[in-house]
Amino acid sequence: MAATTTTTRRSANGRPAPRLRSRGRRRPNSVSRPRRSTLLTVLTGLVLVYSLVPLVWLAINATKTQAGLFDSFGLWFDGDFALWGNISDTLTYDDGVFVRWLLNTLLYVVVGAGGATFLAVLGGYALAKFQFPGKRAVFAVVIGAVAVPGTALAVPTFLMFSEMGLTNTPWAVIIPSLISPFGLYLMWVFAADAIPVELLEAARIDGASELRTFFRVSLPMLAPGIVTVLLFTMVATWNNYFLPLIMIKDPDWYPLTLGLNAWNAQASTAGGEAIFHLVITGSLLTILPLVVAFLLLQRYWQSGLAAGSVKE
Amino acid sequence: MTTLSPPSVAGRPAAPPPKASRSRRSWVGWGFLAPFMIVFVVVFLAPIAYSIYLSLFREQMVGGTSFVGLENYQRAFEDPKFWEALGRVTLFLLIQVPIMLGIALLVALAIDSGRLYGKNFFRIAIFMPYAVPAVVATLMWGFIYGNRFGLVGNINDTFGISLPNPLSPDLVLASIGNIVTWEFVGYNMLIFYAALRVIPHSLYEAAEIDGAGQLRVITAIKLPAIRGALVIATIFSIIGSFQLFNEPSILQNLAPNAITTYFTPNLFTYSLSFSGQQHNYAATVAILMGLLTMVIAYVVQLRGMRKEA
Repeated sequence: MAATTTTTRRSANGRPAPRLRSRGRRRPNSVSRPRRSTLLTVLTGLVLVYSLVPLVWLAINATKTQAGLFDSFGLWFDGDFALWGNISDTLTYDDGVFVRWLLNTLLYVVVGAGGATFLAVLGGYALAKFQFPGKRAVFAVVIGAVAVPGTALAVPTFLMFSEMGLTNTPWAVIIPSLISPFGLYLMWVFAADAIPVELLEAARIDGASELRTFFRVSLPMLAPGIVTVLLFTMVATWNNYFLPLIMIKDPDWYPLTLGLNAWNAQASTAGGEAIFHLVITGSLLTILPLVVAFLLLQRYWQSGLAAGSVKE
Repeated sequence: MTTLSPPSVAGRPAAPPPKASRSRRSWVGWGFLAPFMIVFVVVFLAPIAYSIYLSLFREQMVGGTSFVGLENYQRAFEDPKFWEALGRVTLFLLIQVPIMLGIALLVALAIDSGRLYGKNFFRIAIFMPYAVPAVVATLMWGFIYGNRFGLVGNINDTFGISLPNPLSPDLVLASIGNIVTWEFVGYNMLIFYAALRVIPHSLYEAAEIDGAGQLRVITAIKLPAIRGALVIATIFSIIGSFQLFNEPSILQNLAPNAITTYFTPNLFTYSLSFSGQQHNYAATVAILMGLLTMVIAYVVQLRGMRKEA
């Protein structure tokens, strides 16, 4: 792959470049007016189908009873539409433990992801807008730590937390969730671009304190980046499985992910009741909030990702 | 270009502020960074240090804890289970990562080319699986793989054939690869797409005047421009492969015979620590994996960032 950029204004064969032809002729590489391609759409459509089929399967099978799951075709509806019954069964099974798990998950997401975002915003702002000794070292350490596997940390963290008596409490899940190295990096890149230094200088000359400047001047400008980081930390905490699996033994503190897995495992335990229809309906209820959040906030995560994409 | 320092830090350092304010400013910077760093020390640095400490000791029923130096490491190097797990994730990443990133790159280029009908829909729909928790994704695919009420079973019944069982010991790694690919293809696509969007338009116009075709534009302009994004995505995918845990752990319920307790290094450390109470050995395996991951991530970055002649 040659890294030459085509900046020489000569055509390949050395003749001066031909004049642009009139419209209507096929121009293979017109960036201003690309031609729509059915073939390319169909090919990309294959990836689209691949991405959506499991979700469609989930939505369709959430409408089936436990018996219907076994004797109907997977990608089509069963005779009776049992979705509403399934939802109410899911929410009431085992004294409404699903609702409890949902509230636990919300607690972990609000405190964990909210806190993680707040710390990442403060830290990223510091890295982007202030000179201080040890700055490069800080980032090298944070990035280096990302490469350490979660399990390398999990065992010692578990042992540390059990010494402190934190295991089996929400804190055991929330405290490790507070650190998002990716969020820190994203906020650093974003703040470097979004906040003009002149504005900070002006605020300082006006005698505003650093904190006041941060909250009144910088924070509003960081809003799109903040929403992006919040979305990604939300997904990370909402989808977290390994950490709670280790830290939490008491089903009363399970997040949804652990709860669903416990329901699924129930079928293979001796004397356990198979409740696949509830696992499927519960899975659907688990992903809906995130899908909706992503759809509603897409403007933000797209611009945030664009800012976080690596620039020259 | 480096992946670790934004332009404001690397490229042109800002004019040094007057001396009086510099010392004050440095404290302010640390003040903003302190909350992150304090928690970071608690949940990252302290456990890493503790892990290293654990790996140098051995707990015995009789005689308590004793310092054993590198004995645990020696044990890991001679442990066939460790090598089997490591070999399995290595095979996984050699096959799964190129496939996933290749599809992601092709889709990103297709969407960026502006030649698709309804490109916004494509972008959002293909990204959607990223919002699905690994647990749900694995349960879903696990059911689909199943031959009782899954799609595989349906196809077998409908056509009277018998497809190979995706949950059999021979195929389960490929089935896990498919789940991971499904989860992250859209996420990587979006990273590539975001990088493609910031390429200056003037380059394309110049290429057009030069009469460069689509392929030439991709190889000469687009790919070099998003090299940084490609390297970062590769590093994250490699780290993810080495840390493979959720999918095989959840599939264990559906395929108990296919997935052993040492299927991946992470499953191995997990079962050592939480079923076997062998915390010292588990910490050792975890540290070895951490070191290996760091070395490989570093090598990929060096190779990827090298300007090719």
